[in-house]
Amino acid sequence: MKSDFYSDPAAMAALLGELRRMAAGLERRLTFMEVCGTHTHSVAGAGLRRMLPEKVRLISGPGCPVCVTPVDYLDRALALAGLPETLVCTFGDLMRVPSSTLSLEQARAEGARIEVVYSPRDALRTARENPATRVVFLAVGFETTAPTIAGALAEAEAEKVPNFLLLPGNKTMPQVMRVLVDDPELEVDGFLLPGHVSVITGWRLFEFLARDFRISGVVAGFTPTDVARGVLALVRQAADGRSEIENVYSRVVSADGNAQARKLVDRYFEPADEIWRGFGTVPGSGLGLREQWAHRDASRIEVELPAPREPAGCRCGEVLRGVIDPPQCPLFAAGCDPEQPVGACMVSSEGTCAAWYRHERWAAEARA
Amino acid sequence: MKRPERVLLAHGGGGRLTRQLVEELFLPALDNPLLATLTDAAVLPEISSGRPALTTDAFVVDPPVFAGGDLGYLSVCGTVNDLAMVGAEARWLTWALILEEGADGELLECCVRGAARAAAEAHIEIVAGDTKVVPRGKGDRMFAVTAGLGVVPPDRELSDARIRAGDALLVSGPIGDHGATVLAHRHQFEAPGLRSDCAPLGQMVAALLESGVTVRSLHDPTRGGVVTVCHEVAHRSGLRLVLDQQTIPVRREVAGVCELLGLDPLALACEGRFLAWVKAGDAERAVEVLKAHPLGKEAAVIGRVEAAAVGSPPVVLQTTVGGERPLDLLSGLDLPRIC
Repeated sequence: MKSDFYSDPAAMAALLGELRRMAAGLERRLTFMEVCGTHTHSVAGAGLRRMLPEKVRLISGPGCPVCVTPVDYLDRALALAGLPETLVCTFGDLMRVPSSTLSLEQARAEGARIEVVYSPRDALRTARENPATRVVFLAVGFETTAPTIAGALAEAEAEKVPNFLLLPGNKTMPQVMRVLVDDPELEVDGFLLPGHVSVITGWRLFEFLARDFRISGVVAGFTPTDVARGVLALVRQAADGRSEIENVYSRVVSADGNAQARKLVDRYFEPADEIWRGFGTVPGSGLGLREQWAHRDASRIEVELPAPREPAGCRCGEVLRGVIDPPQCPLFAAGCDPEQPVGACMVSSEGTCAAWYRHERWAAEARA
Repeated sequence: MKRPERVLLAHGGGGRLTRQLVEELFLPALDNPLLATLTDAAVLPEISSGRPALTTDAFVVDPPVFAGGDLGYLSVCGTVNDLAMVGAEARWLTWALILEEGADGELLECCVRGAARAAAEAHIEIVAGDTKVVPRGKGDRMFAVTAGLGVVPPDRELSDARIRAGDALLVSGPIGDHGATVLAHRHQFEAPGLRSDCAPLGQMVAALLESGVTVRSLHDPTRGGVVTVCHEVAHRSGLRLVLDQQTIPVRREVAGVCELLGLDPLALACEGRFLAWVKAGDAERAVEVLKAHPLGKEAAVIGRVEAAAVGSPPVVLQTTVGGERPLDLLSGLDLPRIC
């Protein structure tokens, strides 16, 4: 694969050289957290974590929407899939996330009606073509997927497709970051802020981090050089003793974001309390459907649910707060691995635990 | 050539309709004297020297017709390529179809013609066949099952056990074209320029093996793509494979589909490419030989073999920006990502 401008080896070498020079002058090891699944993916894909200087540690926070989707959301999705004349449509990533009983993938193998789609509009099309079937789209994701989901709702309303419903599960970033930084145990010196989310929200939304908590944040893009540039900006702030919100992804992110997309989301959704796997309930951190759209809300359908069963012994919460490294969790590689994930961080192929599993088990073997 | 409008259960019943299908569709398309005898088994000519190599394969591709091929063409290519990978010259194939009641006659004809075209390109004969029809809803239009018989010349020996640390890893062309094409069809993407790489590889492989280059082992990266083959080879040889991302040929269209669907080209199937492990000093010459062949214009050295070391993953990718990423075996099916 040939490199393009944004993954240019020479540009990368220059950025890493500068990072090493800066890191040499640091008094202690710094920990930065990225809170976006695409950052996690990009970092792992380029092998970036291991290219960083020893004194710069990059960890993954609650940035992968499916990873933080709680078991009771999946329990409800499974229960809906068991109802007559009901089809559940979902993004592919949710298929392997554990619930209190089966994953969606296992349930589908046992006959539940579950279909993988790439977009809420695919689910809407299915609803249009099958008027006798109630089609429930599992609405997960952050600020980034919310506008397309709202767009599909607008279309369903305009075209009067009554059998298209959502199971609301969208989450928003700022509130959970507030929970993170409020935690006295938090071992994070700064955030690599999510570029895609910021396209919608604008970077100003994250100003509270610097203003109220004196924690720095840098909005970065997703190519390897984008990420390195973001980390370098964070190291510079630390070296200078500054805590600011910076934007090194200005080719697409503005201070105020996409007002039109937010207006569309506001029309259909309002802030709701949401449960995050590994965090518990975070007030106002989700998007619930407004009362006016109750007829689109599959969470109002009565279903029988099992008692939610969170995996015992899972320390994802602490991993997500940067308090422990994955091997310190008793389940790590001992009952929890990418084939049979237990906790949030092992669910996504590039979650913190999965990334450790993938990279560090070789090093552990060498030590043994 | 006459083809039915739709496949009926009776086409697989052994009676008049079966015979009509054989005589009016299969025989004229696959035209050869061994098949034309229509005996219970094909009696093949004596093999004067070398060892017979036998393989079998099943094909269930969805959609059955795609840019650059169809289920019939693919099934013959896939079988002869498996023979080529052990150094065998493919000679004879059997070809059995499992059709679903109601399948489109045009699809059937297209795939029969595809198989005939591939047989001609690969210089092999389809010498026996069978047709079964299952009731509507019990199959998916059309499946094919093949067996292939080839001959390995007396002094030819290819195996992963012959791979040594220091050897070079080559690919005969851009990776992932087939997988990306099929996925794009399935998701109804407009993807102009995207085309399956599906092709018979026997002649290009023969050119390489006869060029004097020391070839240790060959594999075609079909299901699971390059990463899966590399893991198998690393496991069997006890060695470590290091791939260089910068040198791996991937078409823009394929990279685009992967980006959209959240997939890795290294895990996508190829149906007309092969990986070759050759002695380090022969790598350049091997690339030249491949490039001289119409299917090998974009051949490249994409990696090297190293001694296995405790604490290092068996297959790694040196990334474009200079990092190193362990390449894991896929967990389950490669599911599309949203984030």
